[in-house]
Amino acid sequence: MKRVLVVGASAAGLAAAETLRREGYGGAVTLVGDEPHPPYDRPPLSKQILDGRWNADRLPLRGRDELDALGLDLRLGAAATGLDPAGRTVALADGTEVPYDGLVVATGVRPRTLPGDPAGCHVLRTVDDALALRDRLAEGKRLVVVGAGFLGSEAAAVARGLGAEVTLLEPAPVPLAAAVGEDVGRVLSGAHLGHGVDLRTGVTVTQVTDGGVLLADGTSVEADEVLVAIGSVPNTEWLESSGLPLGDGLECDEFSAAAPGVYGAGDVARWHNPLFGTAMRIEHRTNATEQGMAAARNLLAPEPEARRPFAPVPYFWSDQYGLRVQAYGHLRGHHETAVVEGGLEERRFLAAYRRGDRLTGVLAVGIPPKVLRTWRQSIAAGARWEDAVGRAVPTA
Amino acid sequence: MRVEVDVPKCVASGQCVMIAPDVFDQREEDGIVVLLDDRPAAELHTDVRESAVICPAAAIRLVEEE
Repeated sequence: MKRVLVVGASAAGLAAAETLRREGYGGAVTLVGDEPHPPYDRPPLSKQILDGRWNADRLPLRGRDELDALGLDLRLGAAATGLDPAGRTVALADGTEVPYDGLVVATGVRPRTLPGDPAGCHVLRTVDDALALRDRLAEGKRLVVVGAGFLGSEAAAVARGLGAEVTLLEPAPVPLAAAVGEDVGRVLSGAHLGHGVDLRTGVTVTQVTDGGVLLADGTSVEADEVLVAIGSVPNTEWLESSGLPLGDGLECDEFSAAAPGVYGAGDVARWHNPLFGTAMRIEHRTNATEQGMAAARNLLAPEPEARRPFAPVPYFWSDQYGLRVQAYGHLRGHHETAVVEGGLEERRFLAAYRRGDRLTGVLAVGIPPKVLRTWRQSIAAGARWEDAVGRAVPTA
Repeated sequence: MRVEVDVPKCVASGQCVMIAPDVFDQREEDGIVVLLDDRPAAELHTDVRESAVICPAAAIRLVEEE
């Protein structure tokens, strides 16, 4: 293998490129990114960048010297537009074609949008998005945030801290319920109310207008600025005629492979996680790095049998109003939750998640790290719910 | 190898502690990184490099010394 092409120059793509070198690969590595910036970190965008504690110069994931030392053919500001699997080339928006022997697809996701895109309508994915929104937030400004997921919640909390008047609109009856369950979702979203955010649930926004947003019931909410945070869409359009398996992202097997010599990593990749026995696509920071590393190692494997399944315990965190939420495992699609430490009312708790007869996840607020790590170990070991939580699985 | 940690960047994920527990620990109250050994022995270098790459906040910097 003489040439590896990594498409996507964010956390997953960088991890793949870095791992190729750390594993001793001496061939050519091309790293292509559609943004003009060298690889940078995204979680601070809705936290330290939006609230002004950090300038954008703190975001790069590696220093210039560290990037140079990797000896990459780094092509920034060059979106991939097509893939020819027979010719093994990727076409870029600048008209060039990049040949490859091995390919890592790490093109991430982009924000889902709503009809209407007037000035004053924001999304939050890139550093440029974050800086544009930060410039518009100030004391007394009216901000509507559409979507009370983790991103929308973090942005609402930050904007409130800056003195903005924040209205948070969520279509579900309980924010985050699909991700973390109703009880935990209710506790986390309760923090908005205590901080003066006008949280309205069961509200569907149909359009962003010049002066705010239009709701499904025909009424409107006025705003100076609108942030749309209603989820993401995998960036796979450039692969549509490639013959690679596409569904909810690039479909990969347990080795993170989409085809021989083609691997997916990060937000764009849906893969079969053998630890949980199910396919998942994870839009979290840690997974991007771990999957980028796994993809690179499997790509370098001398024969297919030497590859290792990618079987991580996913992890994410979120900061809202000074609370740090941390979660391990696969919480989505759970059948039951149980509070096993602390209490929900105190906003200091550890909730365990059951799927079938297994412990599949935990979510914690204000719990010591050693306790959390012990629970993570249990998830990694495939612990049975009854053994880990000490309660029989309800038969109902 | 010299290890540096950027404490204000740390997000308390604990990934480094799980990979290199002889080099990193976490503060009990908030999980922020504690550097136990800024010049780890050679046999720990692979784990420390893995920790630096995997750190979700890019808060671990390694200075390679001859």
